[in-house]
Amino acid sequence: MIQVEVTVNGEARSAEVEPRLLLVHFLRDVCRLRATNVGCDTTSCGACTVLLDGVSVKSCTVLAAQADGHEVATVEGLAREGELHPVQAAFRAEHGLQCGFCTPGMVMASVGLLQANPHPTEEEIRIGLEGNLCRCTGYHNIVRAVLAAAEAEA
Amino acid sequence: MIPAPFEYLRAHDVAHALDLLREHGDEAKLLAGGHSLLPMMKLRLARPTVLIDIAELADLDYVRVDGDTLAVGALATHARVGEAELVRAEAPLIAHSASLIGDPQVRHRGTIGGSLAHADPAADLPMAVLAAGATLVLEGPAGRREVDADDFFTGFFTTALEPDEILVEIRLPRRAGEPWGYEKFVRRSNDWAIVGVATVAGRVALANMGSAPLRAAETERALAAGAGIDAAAELAAENTDPVSDLHADPAYRRHLARVLVARALSSAPG
Repeated sequence: MIQVEVTVNGEARSAEVEPRLLLVHFLRDVCRLRATNVGCDTTSCGACTVLLDGVSVKSCTVLAAQADGHEVATVEGLAREGELHPVQAAFRAEHGLQCGFCTPGMVMASVGLLQANPHPTEEEIRIGLEGNLCRCTGYHNIVRAVLAAAEAEA
Repeated sequence: MIPAPFEYLRAHDVAHALDLLREHGDEAKLLAGGHSLLPMMKLRLARPTVLIDIAELADLDYVRVDGDTLAVGALATHARVGEAELVRAEAPLIAHSASLIGDPQVRHRGTIGGSLAHADPAADLPMAVLAAGATLVLEGPAGRREVDADDFFTGFFTTALEPDEILVEIRLPRRAGEPWGYEKFVRRSNDWAIVGVATVAGRVALANMGSAPLRAAETERALAAGAGIDAAAELAAENTDPVSDLHADPAYRRHLARVLVARALSSAPG
């Protein structure tokens, strides 16, 4: 067992964990933050996307040990004082979700995308979200939501 | 899926990582971004009992000009290699190659050194550094040595790296303004290549046409002798040994190699 300390949504979380514990399981089972989903578990679908030191990563392919000493942001940390984050609000307003399973990862990938490129074109959004699959195939409204969020944040 | 149990050690610097490698021998694997190794460990295709995490070795994360060479630290991520102005200007083929790997999340974690040491014959960067004529710098207990990309990839997921060595730097000839070409045939966006081609400065490299990335030597010879693109590309599959899998049989891969080499040589964006 090893000791890890990860700052999750601004809060220091420390735990003794097995070295093989994946970050997504650290978030779900140790921190009890259950929004981040495990989808494919093979770095393909993006459902487990979180921000690690501000950039999007697939938390099924990161060890909790690798995140030791680093900062993680999940979708639970986005809203401020009951106000949805602009990306969350835009996903709701533009119907950017159907079943909702991909949504936490899709939102976090979008937050990361807009941090790096606050005014993306539609094509840049489609390319920027290549790592996230929506099994409902609701991509058009997801792209619209990210465009709307970029406008709202401008 | 979670990996089988292992011991996790974090190295502070290259010397410390080398000490840990010596101590644990070939039971140990280096972990950088982990985007090749961890998926293989989850599938039990790799089962190291010790992981030595080198991700914090800040002295291996750089891109800099060194005379007529562009030096890239082994821990530079695909995102950095793909986006850095210096790489885009001096080694555009390599920047383009890195930008096609996986997806943004993968590129945020995966490193150039990790991809080359992993040596997947279908991967982008092994083919690209072979085409670019890169030199790889390996550090071991006896110091540093340099290996040409031509001699680095020795077989299926196998390289010239000894178990006690670390790939520390990739040295790329500066090729600002030289035409280059890149073709990657995939069925899913940004997948591993069913067949890939990278070409610059008369060198032509192929991905997934054998157990390691290969030079299309007959094509290169024909080009050097003044052959036209189509005639040279006809020779692209000579001396290759492509696999058969779900995506393609060897005959189709040879066909793809000829077609894609012709396209890569014709496109050659400056």
